[in-house]
Amino acid sequence: MKSFDYVITDPVGIHARPAGILVKEIKNYVGSTVTVTKGEKSVNALKLMALMGMGIKQGDTVTVSVEGENEEEVAAKIEEFFKTYF
Amino acid sequence: MITIQGKGVSAGVAAGPIYFYQRAKSEIQRIAVTDVDAEWTRFKNAQAKAIEQLGALAEKARAEAGDEAALLFETHQMMAEDLDYEESIEEGIKGGTNAEAVITDVRDQFAEMFAQMDDSYMQARAADVKDVSNRIIGILSGAVQGGIDSDVPVILVADDLAPSETVQLDKSKILGFITEGGSGSSHTAILARTMGIPAIIGVGDQIKSEYAGREVIVDGGTGVAVLEADAETRAHLMRKQEEQRKLQEMLDQLKGKENVTKDGHSIRIYCNIGNPEDVHNVLKNDGGGIGLFRSEFLYLGCDDFPSEEFQFEAYKKVLSDMGGKEVVIRTLDIGADKQIGYFNLPNEENPAMGNRALRICLNRPEIFRTQLRALYRASAYGKLCIMFPMVASVWEVREAKKLCEQVKKELDAEGVAYSPDVQIGIMIETPAAAVISDRLAKEVDFFSCGTNDLTQYTLACDRQNNDLGRFFDAHHPAVLRLLKMVADNAHKNGIWVGICGELGADLQLTETFLSIGIDELSVSPRAVLPLRQKVRESNVAQVRERLVGDLMSDQISI
Repeated sequence: MKSFDYVITDPVGIHARPAGILVKEIKNYVGSTVTVTKGEKSVNALKLMALMGMGIKQGDTVTVSVEGENEEEVAAKIEEFFKTYF
Repeated sequence: MITIQGKGVSAGVAAGPIYFYQRAKSEIQRIAVTDVDAEWTRFKNAQAKAIEQLGALAEKARAEAGDEAALLFETHQMMAEDLDYEESIEEGIKGGTNAEAVITDVRDQFAEMFAQMDDSYMQARAADVKDVSNRIIGILSGAVQGGIDSDVPVILVADDLAPSETVQLDKSKILGFITEGGSGSSHTAILARTMGIPAIIGVGDQIKSEYAGREVIVDGGTGVAVLEADAETRAHLMRKQEEQRKLQEMLDQLKGKENVTKDGHSIRIYCNIGNPEDVHNVLKNDGGGIGLFRSEFLYLGCDDFPSEEFQFEAYKKVLSDMGGKEVVIRTLDIGADKQIGYFNLPNEENPAMGNRALRICLNRPEIFRTQLRALYRASAYGKLCIMFPMVASVWEVREAKKLCEQVKKELDAEGVAYSPDVQIGIMIETPAAAVISDRLAKEVDFFSCGTNDLTQYTLACDRQNNDLGRFFDAHHPAVLRLLKMVADNAHKNGIWVGICGELGADLQLTETFLSIGIDELSVSPRAVLPLRQKVRESNVAQVRERLVGDLMSDQISI
């Protein structure tokens, strides 16, 4: 498993559109499971509404972990994605 | 040849097949299903269809208004295929319940999750989940989105259309309207005039269900609709259509010209709109601004209170699309003929005189506050004028203004930008407001006269009642004298006065309005150029004395 911490900088937090694009992005990495954790709650990042339901806001720290094939590479791409969108 | 005679309320000639408006069935039955696999397949097919529809809507929005506009539909698309959402539905269906009922449950469960979040953006997503779910339910139950399921444009026939129904109509599919009931100021009539297509109302039982699909020629000027037209009638109507096309070409020449009379008297010609998409028609017809944005249509298009964010986006779009031209947004005018389920308004014996418009807003300030916050936030993007409807007393205006001040303070505290130059005005549509307009003028920056209601209340004549025809006389001297009084009081106090009712577009009265000093006429977009032509042909100096003299005289001149 490969994981990274990220502090949300987007004023609206994890909102619908980028969350949706994230889902699409993850679908490209067949065999990888991406989990987003905030505090004690974790969700599979493929689950759009559950992810939005976590209410992640600007300033929150989330832990993103990747399991599966090419973990290193996928995690780097997902981290890049977070920096761009969140 | 079958001739149907009604009342023409929007001019123009159009020919097309008759199509009866399809109302969606609202009751959802809860049924036990035994073949759960077949039911699951039914859901999957409907889900795929919904995703396809949303994709098409997103593309359409992108082409017309850019990426931002497509966002809503793309979000809906993603929700429709969300894993948790789908799993919850699968669980319900595999438990032996029909898809429609299961989706209703899952819809409410997810909407509740969003509604309970402490963030206004996320709360607003509740409406998205509902919208997506209702779309899938609609597909399953065979209801037609927008009431029209036809590949070709049609002449739409209905008993009458509710405002919420006119909002949802797929306007690209409509060539003209025929309604069995309705009145000249009904929403169908207003919509037809905005779209610039013919409409005939009040045909009663002359139109029969077996006419469905047959070709009809509609003349919205004379109020005649003809089936199986003979060669002569057809030729006559087609000639008329051609003449109208030529007239329109001539009117198009007036685009970019000023609204100024021969003797140099100028007037502003603005437009009435019901939703942000209408701005397109305003600009196409060279409207100088928006004199009435009926904000209640945002509420009518939703099945729950529209959030601050949703309203903000709509107002912002109108203000920025109008590029710095004046935009008058009327605050929520609900009640009377415009009813919305989620407001839970009690039934009233006499709704036109009941709990409506500003009265509701002052009694339920939490609803009003959301709208005012959205308006002030949007004011940073253009030239906003806020207008309160249904005023009868000075205290109402003061109380509403106080709420505006509170909202501004909140925004200041939050560091949210708004324009310092927002004008505040009121509708003059009760005789009371007209009579005390000298006092009201000291409270506001402008007046706009809503002549439909002003006529109804002055003449004690129900505007929805088709049988009152000749008694509902919008040219009644009592109404015109009130307008003059309002204009005089406005000018004495240095504020501007407009007319935003149907009367504003009445070319027979244009010279009267110019003579009594009306500063602005707000009309449906299609009426801008004919009105401009009329203004440019007028000479106020020549007619003012006679027209005002006749109006104020104790003798009837004709």
